[in-house]
Amino acid sequence: MKLLDTLIEYFSYDFVIYAFVVGVLVSLCSALFGVVLVLKRFSFIGDGLSHVAFGAMAIAAVIGLTNNMLVVLPITVISAILLLRAGQSTRIKGDAAIAMISVGSLAVGYLLMSVFSTSANVSGDVCSTLFGSFSILTLSKTDLWVCLVMSVVVLALFVLFYNRIFSVTFDEGFSRAAGLNATVYNLLVAVVIAVIIVLAMSLVGSLLISALVIFPALSSMRVCKSFKGVVICSAIISVVCACVGIISSILLSTPVGPTVVCADIIAFGVCFVLGSIGKLSK
Amino acid sequence: MSQIICRDLSLGYNGEAVCKNVNFEIEAGDYLCIVGENGSGKSTLMKALLGLHSPLGGEIIKGDGTSTGSIGYLPQQSELQRDFPATVGEVTLSGCIGSLGKKFFYSKADRLRAHDAMKQLGICDLADRPYSSLSGGQQQRTLLARALCATKKIILLDEPVSGLDPAATADMYETIYLLNKKSHTTVIMVTHDISASIRYANKILHMGGSPHFFRSVEEYRASSLFPAEGGEA
Repeated sequence: MKLLDTLIEYFSYDFVIYAFVVGVLVSLCSALFGVVLVLKRFSFIGDGLSHVAFGAMAIAAVIGLTNNMLVVLPITVISAILLLRAGQSTRIKGDAAIAMISVGSLAVGYLLMSVFSTSANVSGDVCSTLFGSFSILTLSKTDLWVCLVMSVVVLALFVLFYNRIFSVTFDEGFSRAAGLNATVYNLLVAVVIAVIIVLAMSLVGSLLISALVIFPALSSMRVCKSFKGVVICSAIISVVCACVGIISSILLSTPVGPTVVCADIIAFGVCFVLGSIGKLSK
Repeated sequence: MSQIICRDLSLGYNGEAVCKNVNFEIEAGDYLCIVGENGSGKSTLMKALLGLHSPLGGEIIKGDGTSTGSIGYLPQQSELQRDFPATVGEVTLSGCIGSLGKKFFYSKADRLRAHDAMKQLGICDLADRPYSSLSGGQQQRTLLARALCATKKIILLDEPVSGLDPAATADMYETIYLLNKKSHTTVIMVTHDISASIRYANKILHMGGSPHFFRSVEEYRASSLFPAEGGEA
């Protein structure tokens, strides 16, 4: 009962409620588009972008903006488009270009933060940008609204374009032949992923975002065999893991990001076992 | 009545032609096989017919019901698709994507069309099965059903039997033949299999020569391009 009392006490604070709402929304969005990302073999974009977002965050910190989003979001979205182009290009070494961009922005980001830092605890700042730590508990009301609006837009895009997204993901050639502009939908996916990554930075930090995008998708693919099933299952796994992660991080005083990711890892383990049992019993 | 007419078509990339002076005519109910060596421009011609590649010169005149998006297309399978989590029903229904227009969701008529296509190919009982669990032949049937959702007038098949075992190959050829004969679906097939081409097709386009050979099967059999004992091109 003591645990429950502690929990009730924590949930009487606004910032805990904000963190919870943002956590659920971000994990929902990332799970849905994570499925597409994994199936289209675009996981590298998610990973590359999370590094870019770190660099952008550092720039925002150096300029001293009150709202980081203004810098981080445009930079990440533009990088998403560039990464998509690079990944599809057969002329230059696409994968190498991505590695270059992501590791480059990591280096520049850390350099900027350590040279121009105004705070006394540089490594603390860097660590919290990379791994999220407690930044989700410092969300303002504006952050909450931005996150709410963005999430609703992302969810609406996914639901409305579900059939087209499926078709382009399953078979780009066929979709093009049927008159669908596949380039636009690839672009849509890349831009939405960029938005999700920026949103998710406050929850799990830039280095751990890929986990939020990839784990639920892979977990659900172990147990579900239809596209719709995978999407729904992925969303449920992700939201449950986010809730469990946030609550246990409050109760155990552990950093939020890694705790959520650990919940995702455990979920993957469970799904892996369930999937294997399912295969054996056939 | 002609469905597709190609006149003096030249195709290529970056201004460099892969093939020149391609002339042929497809009429409703035709079964055309496009054969030829690798690099002779078969797949480029196919892309051009689908409207995915603009010709360097010449023209493709499309008749009734064959505008872009209304050719049923059976592409070659990619590795990516083989373990894709989707059911047969979901894959087949996605063939209706071209008729979605400005709508977001499939209508009842679309679902009915998908059901009919599955019925026609005898895969109704597989509708809820995961695509990845099917045999190669069943997967091809599913993709053929998807192509039929787009249109029943004309389908374009890109090496539909590659990777299939002999039994599944024979089965696939038989299915396509029946589609052509019973439902009068025009079939355009890109293939390496010349012996099957002369058995089922009524017209052959042999790419690579100059001029490209386009005649009936009987004339092809009598020509010097036809290998003595059937076999691969």
